[in-house]
Amino acid sequence: MFEALADLLVYRLAGLGPSQPAGAAAHFFVMDVTKIFALLLVVIYAMGLLRALLSPERVRELVRGRSKTAARAAAVGLGAVTPFCSCSSVPLFIGFVEAGIPLGVTFSFLIASPMINEVAAVLLVGILGWQLAALYVGAGVAVAWVGGMVMERFKPERWVEDYVWKIHMGEAELPAPDTSLAGRHRYAVQEVREILRRIWKWVLIGVAVGALFHGYVPEAWVTGHLGGRGWLAVPAAVALGVPLYSNATGVIPVAEAMLAKGVAVGTTLAFMMSIAALSLPEMLILRKVIRWQALALFAAVLAVAFTLVGWGFNLIT
Amino acid sequence: MKQIKVLGSGCRNCEITANIIAQAAKEAGVEIALEKVTDITQIMGYGVMSTPGVVIDGKLVHAGGVPGPDQVRAWVKP
Repeated sequence: MFEALADLLVYRLAGLGPSQPAGAAAHFFVMDVTKIFALLLVVIYAMGLLRALLSPERVRELVRGRSKTAARAAAVGLGAVTPFCSCSSVPLFIGFVEAGIPLGVTFSFLIASPMINEVAAVLLVGILGWQLAALYVGAGVAVAWVGGMVMERFKPERWVEDYVWKIHMGEAELPAPDTSLAGRHRYAVQEVREILRRIWKWVLIGVAVGALFHGYVPEAWVTGHLGGRGWLAVPAAVALGVPLYSNATGVIPVAEAMLAKGVAVGTTLAFMMSIAALSLPEMLILRKVIRWQALALFAAVLAVAFTLVGWGFNLIT
Repeated sequence: MKQIKVLGSGCRNCEITANIIAQAAKEAGVEIALEKVTDITQIMGYGVMSTPGVVIDGKLVHAGGVPGPDQVRAWVKP
């Protein structure tokens, strides 16, 4: 359906051919923009209806007071299904600290949350197929799990700003959420609006980059430089991805174009993860609660982890 | 007079929430004292992690997301 639309617009109406770079790029752009936004609408609305009710307060209650392994499992699992916006990072962090949740577990949550979410997972299945979706989600869970554990070894407590320890959180009896069908619908519509407002530009940028890559980068160059098991391609991809940021959804079309041109799977995954998980704005927000040493360590641990994931997948595929 | 506080560290939704409450109060002809609480220590003191939150006369009535129009009308009912 989306392909037919792109065929009509680009090849018939605009008169571009699939063999021209501009035609190929435009076709990719139209097809992915329509497909991704349609998927986003449906997925976010459905998730809103079903889930409706997983607030940060609820996550905190579910993670607190468990053994470390159980807490980490909960943190990673919940981080993977909650697409909180980075503006909630600070209250989340403080709330976790206040609940006595170990910092390592909190970091696991902070890694999992931006990198994996169910919306991105469904898009991955829809665009790259379920094998790649499973690889991405599995690797993301592993990185969040191990990354948090490694952070813990460095005793990050010493880098938490003093005022954070002093905050005492009130016991709120939160008003019961509206679970009627009308209430769920209203919540779902609000979610769609809220999430789309936050990510539409990342999606457009991602599709545009993917389209340019698809149309203009010669395949021979890609297979020559990024295809095989060249060891350096992975750290280079990670290093390139760290300063760049996009929402987890926005990197999918880029990955699609890269894979189609023959970039190795591990290299692509490492690139996706380092773009989605590490971002300067998020770092600056977290700087309000932890000192820069901890942030630098956080970035370094993740960069190493993504490189290892990339190499690992390049070896086995 | 009702004391209404909007909790939130200056995010866009917090502004929207404060505005629709002020608007609804005006339409209902009810005078309210509206205050925006932006200090994270105070916000957390109410037990709120997801902003915007709304507190009426010291009691938390809403947390997370822009409240619905019916909800807001109920809050400012004379």
